[in-house]
Amino acid sequence: LFEHTPALYSAILVSVVAFTVRTCVSLHPYSGAGKPPLYGDFEAQRHWMEITYNLPISEWYFNTSRNNLEHWGLDYPPLTAYHSWLCGAISFQLDPHWVALETSRGHESYAHKLFMRRTVLVTDLLLYFTAVWAFVHVLFRTQPVTHKVGLAAVLLLQPGLILIDHGHFQYNCASLGLALWGIVAVSSHFDLLGSVAFSLALNFKQMELYHSVPFFCYLLGKALRSRSPTQKVTLLGITVVTTFGVLWLPFLADMETALQVLRRQFPFERGLYEDKVANVWCTVSVFVKLQRLLSAASVLRLTLFTTVAAILPSSWALLRNPTPYTFILALGNSSLAFFLFSFQVHEKSILLAALPLSLLAHWHPFASLWFGVLASFSMYPLLTRDRLALPCWALSLLFLMLSLAFLQIRQRRVSPHQKLLFAGCVGLLLATCSLSHLVTPPPKYPHLFPLATSVVSCVQLLGFLGYLHYLQFTAGDGKDIKTHNE
Amino acid sequence: ENMKNTTVILVFVVATAVKILLIPAYKSTDFEVHRNWLAITHSVPLSRWYYEDTSQWTLDYPPFFAWFEWGLSQVAAIVDPEIVRVDNLNYDSATCILFQRFSVMVADLILLYAVIEYCKHQRSIDKQHEWSSLSVSILVLMNCGLLIVDHIHFQYNGFLYGILLLSVTRMLQDRYGEAACLFAALLNFKHIFIYVAPAYFLYLLRKHCFMSSSGSVNGIHTRRFLPLPFIQLGILVVAIFIASFGPFIYQGQLGQVLSRLFPFKRGLCHAYWAPNFWAMYNLLDKLMTFFGTILGLAPSSGSGLASGLIGEHYHQVLPSVSPLVTMVITALTMTPCLAKLWLQPTPSHFLKALILCAYSSFLFGWHVHEKAIMMIILPMCFLVVKDHSYFNTFLLISTSGHISLFPLLFQPAETLIKVCLFIAYSMMTFALFKIRSQKSGWTYGCTLSPFQLLYIVVLVLVQVYCTFLHGGLGFLKRYEFLPLLMTSVSCAVGVIWSWVLCYHDFLANQKECVV
Repeated sequence: LFEHTPALYSAILVSVVAFTVRTCVSLHPYSGAGKPPLYGDFEAQRHWMEITYNLPISEWYFNTSRNNLEHWGLDYPPLTAYHSWLCGAISFQLDPHWVALETSRGHESYAHKLFMRRTVLVTDLLLYFTAVWAFVHVLFRTQPVTHKVGLAAVLLLQPGLILIDHGHFQYNCASLGLALWGIVAVSSHFDLLGSVAFSLALNFKQMELYHSVPFFCYLLGKALRSRSPTQKVTLLGITVVTTFGVLWLPFLADMETALQVLRRQFPFERGLYEDKVANVWCTVSVFVKLQRLLSAASVLRLTLFTTVAAILPSSWALLRNPTPYTFILALGNSSLAFFLFSFQVHEKSILLAALPLSLLAHWHPFASLWFGVLASFSMYPLLTRDRLALPCWALSLLFLMLSLAFLQIRQRRVSPHQKLLFAGCVGLLLATCSLSHLVTPPPKYPHLFPLATSVVSCVQLLGFLGYLHYLQFTAGDGKDIKTHNE
Repeated sequence: ENMKNTTVILVFVVATAVKILLIPAYKSTDFEVHRNWLAITHSVPLSRWYYEDTSQWTLDYPPFFAWFEWGLSQVAAIVDPEIVRVDNLNYDSATCILFQRFSVMVADLILLYAVIEYCKHQRSIDKQHEWSSLSVSILVLMNCGLLIVDHIHFQYNGFLYGILLLSVTRMLQDRYGEAACLFAALLNFKHIFIYVAPAYFLYLLRKHCFMSSSGSVNGIHTRRFLPLPFIQLGILVVAIFIASFGPFIYQGQLGQVLSRLFPFKRGLCHAYWAPNFWAMYNLLDKLMTFFGTILGLAPSSGSGLASGLIGEHYHQVLPSVSPLVTMVITALTMTPCLAKLWLQPTPSHFLKALILCAYSSFLFGWHVHEKAIMMIILPMCFLVVKDHSYFNTFLLISTSGHISLFPLLFQPAETLIKVCLFIAYSMMTFALFKIRSQKSGWTYGCTLSPFQLLYIVVLVLVQVYCTFLHGGLGFLKRYEFLPLLMTSVSCAVGVIWSWVLCYHDFLANQKECVV
């Protein structure tokens, strides 16, 4: 096997290593472990399996006697619901007590945890791993094997993603994997398939909206440059609408159901931000309490305005210069802009920005390294609550070593200025994280350390936003990649 | 100088990251054993260390290890005083687990030091050392056997093998005094390393204490015994043993200590049969009993294929084996390689003889633990990165040896992890040697012979059966010991096969290899 296809052998080896790391992280506690009555995201996912398996579709998103939306009501789009139904069906076959209606609330057992962890592992393998290898193989066809394998390794060992999916417990690998498939397809001129993939991603998690504007602009930009723009645009439109239609079919029976599903996904009644997030508004609120100055509606308008303003420049640049490289840059810009300026942002949404930044590893390995570490530590307060602090350090260390090796492979020199900047910024971030364990905060400022972490991360994220904009505006026409049909 | 060590340190950091991830894994009773020893050495006076038996896990390692635990217990008392209470049986709070797991990782720094020293030695004798440095780092520091036994099951083998490998390196560098001291100290940490003591003794004696008349030490003509080096080494070794056992001899406890160290009543085989010759001997005995009963030749007895627990194992058909018999057979099988070592004492022969002594003791010893397979595998890592003709043998012993450790981790979560770690490690090993063979274009290939490939496939199938099918097939559930038996015997085939290959190469191969 090794002689004939060293590329395949290395691909399998890297995948096995990445898979092994995930199995090791799976040993650690999940979100809300041992914390009744609500527990955490793990219980939420289990509850959705219970709801979708036991109840008819008409009741999934509604507050009924059998479905109490207060206890982790379904608030993701239909594809997550279907995925939960599938997992629930398998779960029922293994042990009915895991998804028994009402009685399985807060169920915690060794076997059940193992089962849930394995569902994430399988989903990860099927959607994310395949997408990474497709990305590496399709977009970097002409690169030497070591570069391709190194890039795949960096993509597969992103600390933030592994920690959230296999530690905290979520299925980001599904939506990010589908989005990555979309990126791959669209970059190699399989636009229709790409838009199907992205529509699926969007229907798995509504947060993928962070990526939607660049997808739209890229496809539009390419369509406008093609021979028959109107035809292309209509085809794309039809594809997207059909995909949505197929997935939402059970919910389009009447207006009320469709609206309820939408309402569950976009709960605008909640506050500007829920927790201490590395977001501009959270940082600003340290000094100026926006909620007290402005009404809820004005806050909403403010965030909308700033978000749109932040997205416009890169979207415009993408429309004018649609290449795979600028597309990925625009994805980074858009997701960062949404993360920094949008409404009701969760710290886990940094993963949406981490994906495009990781894809840039081939062109900008140092920036990619920096962002990977930054992303995982920006979530440190969340991870500490889940008792995932040690895995965070371990995985980030592993990722750092790997990225340094990749830097060597790509033969990129890091200037002393960059090293100093990195050491200073990330060092400060690591210091705030470590101090949160060693020092008890003064009673007047109980949230000192999460806030400090968020502020330090936010400043660096703003820096990345500026850097990515600079890169996008100075990008030439089609960088050093040869894709399928160019 | 430090820059050149970056590869090794990078590999160590990666390995440590994985070890940190394994913190919440299943821990065996060995965890409580070591916690108990922390408690004993901290809370009980020296005179009672080897008498304390509040817990069933009494101190049965030599005094240096007890001092090691004493040192750790000083830190433990600061971290969490509950750890060092003797009556706090089965205490495993989060701090306790963190402390003990991290203590193993910190102790592994000695293993790192040994690998760094070996790489330094390689740099001085070999122009193309980058590959050997990388390989030996990965093979030793990321060894999946060490990860399984030390960082999941819980033991302190990492630093002990670090001392062993360091002393081997010193031997290869002709620094005999240090090598002897290190090995003597090692024996006082864990006396199981006596398995390889004959190689040390004979090599030191021949190399250091004899001078051939022509001046070259390899000559087999008249040899002159040099009393001075012999006395020097003797004083060093005896001094170390006195430092270790002295306090106990002074208190007249030597008998008690020795009885704790060498509990010969435990039986020919461990609860889980180590994959050695006696495992196959036991199997043969059971089969003959079984068929004998069916054919009506022998009276049926209580134990069938189902039993295999610890304790006195009485053989029904084949003659019983006593500790003396095992010792004699071990000595006999060691003799050829030791003879060659005596006649041609070179560093590479020392390393090969050491490995062969470990093999003999493992295959024919009394009450061998399956974890002792590491004593064969780790020194062979040093050998195989220099003498590539051993690659086949190494792959065989590495595969069968690591698979034989699988029964240690039987929980579902760890089952997946152990398989993944094993596959990742084996694939990395294979890839490293393939890269090397492609770069230097060897004539003897890095490929497995068809028989070896078949054997590995059979091993894998046996494991698949043991993990998945045995539990499912109801009628075989009575024979609970069957999976363990199958694993043990199938791995024994590989161990014995690689031993034969190793012995044959050592005795027949005339080509000298620089180690």
